[in-house]
Amino acid sequence: MRESSQPLAGLRQRIARLAATGGPESRPAEGWLATGHDAFDSALGGGLAVGRTHEFFAADALDGASAAAFAALVALRTPGKVPLLWLRTVDAGRRTGHIYAPGIAELGGDPGRLLLIETADPKMLLACANDAVRCAGSAAVIVESWGKFPLLDLTAGRRLTLGARDAGTTLLMLRLNAAPTPSVADTRWSIVAATSRELGADAPGAPAFDLELLRWRGGPAGTRWRLDWDKDEQAFRDAALSGAVLPLAARRTVHPLGAEAA
Amino acid sequence: MPLADARAQVPDLAIVPHDPVLDQNWLDRLAQGCARYTPLVALDSPDGLILDITGCTHLFDGEAGLIDDIDRRLTRLGMTLRHALGPTADAARALARYQTRPAPDEATAIRRLPVTALELEAEAATALVRAGLKTIGDLAARPMANIAARFGADAATALRRLLGDAPSPLDPRITPPPIATERRFAEPVASMPHATRILTELVGEAIAALTERGKGGRHFRATFFRSDGLARSIAVETGHPTRDSSLVMRLFAERMDGLRDPLDPGFGFDMMRLAVPRLEALAATQLKLEGGEVRAAAMTELVDRLATRIGRGGVRKFAAVDTHIPEQAQLALPAIDAPPPTSWPAPEPGEPPLRPFYLFDPPQVIEVIAEVPDGPPHRFRWRRATHAIRRYEGPERIASEWWRRKDNTGLTRDYYRVEDNRGRRYWLFRHGLYDEKPDPRWYIHGLFA
Repeated sequence: MRESSQPLAGLRQRIARLAATGGPESRPAEGWLATGHDAFDSALGGGLAVGRTHEFFAADALDGASAAAFAALVALRTPGKVPLLWLRTVDAGRRTGHIYAPGIAELGGDPGRLLLIETADPKMLLACANDAVRCAGSAAVIVESWGKFPLLDLTAGRRLTLGARDAGTTLLMLRLNAAPTPSVADTRWSIVAATSRELGADAPGAPAFDLELLRWRGGPAGTRWRLDWDKDEQAFRDAALSGAVLPLAARRTVHPLGAEAA
Repeated sequence: MPLADARAQVPDLAIVPHDPVLDQNWLDRLAQGCARYTPLVALDSPDGLILDITGCTHLFDGEAGLIDDIDRRLTRLGMTLRHALGPTADAARALARYQTRPAPDEATAIRRLPVTALELEAEAATALVRAGLKTIGDLAARPMANIAARFGADAATALRRLLGDAPSPLDPRITPPPIATERRFAEPVASMPHATRILTELVGEAIAALTERGKGGRHFRATFFRSDGLARSIAVETGHPTRDSSLVMRLFAERMDGLRDPLDPGFGFDMMRLAVPRLEALAATQLKLEGGEVRAAAMTELVDRLATRIGRGGVRKFAAVDTHIPEQAQLALPAIDAPPPTSWPAPEPGEPPLRPFYLFDPPQVIEVIAEVPDGPPHRFRWRRATHAIRRYEGPERIASEWWRRKDNTGLTRDYYRVEDNRGRRYWLFRHGLYDEKPDPRWYIHGLFA
């Protein structure tokens, strides 16, 4: 028995050590990335928790701009000059378009805060993301990926999440043209573009987003929100529901483009 | 001689196509390898190297020892060598290329060179020979004014350079860095871990030199000289001047891990050199108690590390450009150069965003149903899907920059902000007005949030 008790005691010690540090959810969040929409923020206990992973899914490639803009706006709302790290692969520019700084300026964000990191392949993207989340002092780290991203398995996701927790950075995973999969994310969202509030002469208005909370570690999921972005107030607000918009429950079928590109 | 004739004379002739770019690269690599003899190495394309060995010969037991060493290494690389020493770069070059008869000393050797060594144009060279002037010595005996009058000013200049009367400046391939440290080994170093340890020592010495001067390095270049005569350089850059040797070594480790063809010691390195080509003032600093500096420093280090790993163009920051051509309105500059912050045009309050979040560059062609000549689009087909347009705003007319182009051939673009019936917002434009072009095409230029 003496031989086996030694490893057993070692294992117990290891478990005790692990329990002391705890999982990503054991520590209260250090702060929140708030959207500025009171009902939305209070429903999540303050907003998107800092030091955690949040996933934004755009099932259809055409909703990619909406999902990306939502993530960027939530991060750029934070005051100060701290940089926002945006990681993507080089071919993303051809697929979904290049990030257009004047467009970000038009939304009221400061494009000078953006630090764009473009890697050759998804493997390098993951390696750079691991370094980026471990670097404190960023507003958020946005990792944009296209399609299934098989390299981002549970181990890789947990490694990223632990890195973000230790450094206190917020990781926003932007999954374009991808279906939600199990992960260690704190919240998981599905974002699609919503019909905008009409301006005079039938002109399209401010950006509008349909959000669905697919998963939340801190409480029940399944809430839906329709928000639009008020760039003068730098806050999200309720989108005006006119009679002309589609009902919220109408789930969109996957567009031919998404199927073709996947 | 044509290839067919050559083949007829020598049936088993080996034929290799001439590749000037590869030759140039090879010459460049040889020049890099010759940096072990002197920091001043100049290329004499397509097949020559000029080394300024002033004050360097004692390291190799005199001129003969130096030439022996060069000869040995280059012969091992399969090169056939012709060399000469001269008082000026031009004289040495002419002696190496044109000397046919031995001479007791350099001055006589130069005087015995044929006039072709002046490398004049064919006409002037023929004129010289016709005049009975066959060697440089013949020419040098004549008054310089007569030569210039009869054979052109070029001939006089070339002659004066050859004789050392006019300066013949050298254009070195590498300018000597302000700080350089090096190690030469009696026994070649064949293991990479050992080489890395020596590199750490070299970085330590360079940092000490930087500290003395009150400067920090922005650019560090390590050169590994292999015993077979070739050399390989590895450089790292930092976004801010630094004197942190552990940071520099981390960047070097990152760089070496990411090399496509790893550093190969071969039969060993017999010399290593660390140069700091770019210095900037760096005062001694004290950390602030609040810790804000530490965070900014961590971000700078992250930029350095990622730029070393994926290339300096991989990590970029945006800068505004004052133009109304949409695809030229932004520049993405390497973040490691720390581009100065630019001011972006403030958006009009109360207006929706007029520029897209994602931009396609180049714009993508779409098929559009629109009123002719300049009506708004009604539906469009892009990437094999049809989108019906519910709302639109436009046109926003953007003309080509006629004040920049003389021939003003650019077409006017009519931009429309449109929303389809699913709520997605696009930026479309018609390239050309109907009076500019008979059948203008439509493009999608961006996606709004």
